[in-house]
Amino acid sequence: MSKKIRVLVAKPGLDGHDRGAKIVARALRDAGMEVIYSGLHQTASQIVNTAIQEDVDVVGLSLLSGAHMTLFIDVVTMLRDKQMEDVLVVGGGIIPEEDVSKLQKAGVAAVFGPGTPVDDIVCYIKKNVKR
Amino acid sequence: MNDLASLVVSGNHRAIARLISMVEDDDVDAMDIMKKIHTNTGNAHIIGVTGVMGSGKSSLIFELALAYRAEGKKVGIIAIDPTSPFSGGALLGDRIRMMDLSTDSGVFIRSMGTRGAIGGLTSSVYDVVEILDAAGMDIILIETVGVGQDEVDIVKIADTTLVVLIPGLGDSVQTIKAGLMEIADIFVVNKSDKPGVEQAVAELESMLDLATHIERRTPIVTTSAKEKKGIPMLVRKITEHQEYSKKSKVFDVRRRQRYEAELIEIIRKRLMNFIFDENKLKGTVDCCIDQISKRELDPYSAADQILGKILK
Repeated sequence: MSKKIRVLVAKPGLDGHDRGAKIVARALRDAGMEVIYSGLHQTASQIVNTAIQEDVDVVGLSLLSGAHMTLFIDVVTMLRDKQMEDVLVVGGGIIPEEDVSKLQKAGVAAVFGPGTPVDDIVCYIKKNVKR
Repeated sequence: MNDLASLVVSGNHRAIARLISMVEDDDVDAMDIMKKIHTNTGNAHIIGVTGVMGSGKSSLIFELALAYRAEGKKVGIIAIDPTSPFSGGALLGDRIRMMDLSTDSGVFIRSMGTRGAIGGLTSSVYDVVEILDAAGMDIILIETVGVGQDEVDIVKIADTTLVVLIPGLGDSVQTIKAGLMEIADIFVVNKSDKPGVEQAVAELESMLDLATHIERRTPIVTTSAKEKKGIPMLVRKITEHQEYSKKSKVFDVRRRQRYEAELIEIIRKRLMNFIFDENKLKGTVDCCIDQISKRELDPYSAADQILGKILK
């Protein structure tokens, strides 16, 4: 059996909108990946501990509340602290243009805004997964 | 490699997670590590939780894990969801009900896809149980996929099997059908906050009345994971079952059955890999299939030919 790509799709913070996250999760499933969906209202340490236990290759963060600069960066930093820098971190949701480059500099590999075709996300992950 | 084995035995979560991925992906290096850790196993109590989809297995496991944590026990959880037969992908959503456990260092949760297995489990589940056992878990809870009537492989691996039912699943004839209803060590009627619970219990009781020559009547526990009711009683019944099975040698018989199933699974996997390996028999297999489609060969003779090459 070949190696399957495992992805954690997580909703950090307090916003309760997960339709987008579910659509992405479903698209990744249909692309043959194993998707662990965490549910709503996760803290950064819950997400990072889940990523460790599930040994995921990718963490996908979805956030629509505006707290991405804090929470996305918290997740990336905590993953780095746990020597998990080989995990690809991507984000999505309502992220202002000017924040995208800052997030990328902090270690979020890519940010997918509203209207991104799901196939683009699938292709990006397949091409950039690090292990 | 020695490193990973000793890290697993020391209970390191990253090492446990890595080794589980290796066995899931049939990594050749996993075998040596699995050989090493076997001596550290045999201490965990393995509890299977099965039942129809939506019966509340994940929520029940969350409550059970909390109860065992309160006793200071380390808990491993294996949560299995179906893999798509079409895409090979899976959506593993059992953790949603258990997220509050994810920051507790005494709990290790792993979500798994069935990856083509049909009995409600996944073929690497035996390995994962060994890994969690070697890593020092006192309790291992296995959540099967939401089952129908016939997916009962959990009995091959669990020391204690819980069959989770909910009110309103059907009339009393359903309770005397073969399969799922035969494997319970404990029946759990969950969602007892919903109407119909008394009838569900009465139908189970009348089914149990029909059973002849049994030395232990299967207990029925009503729970509501949502309202956190019935959990202490369920924990007590699990402990009683464990004591009973150890006293009556049921435990030893079951452990032996588990190792038998595990051994067969390992041999089956290796044989399949050998038969379908590009460099070994795949050419012969493909050639046989061509001949079968042209009616030059029948499937039984083809099987004789292929097996003949292995058994020579």
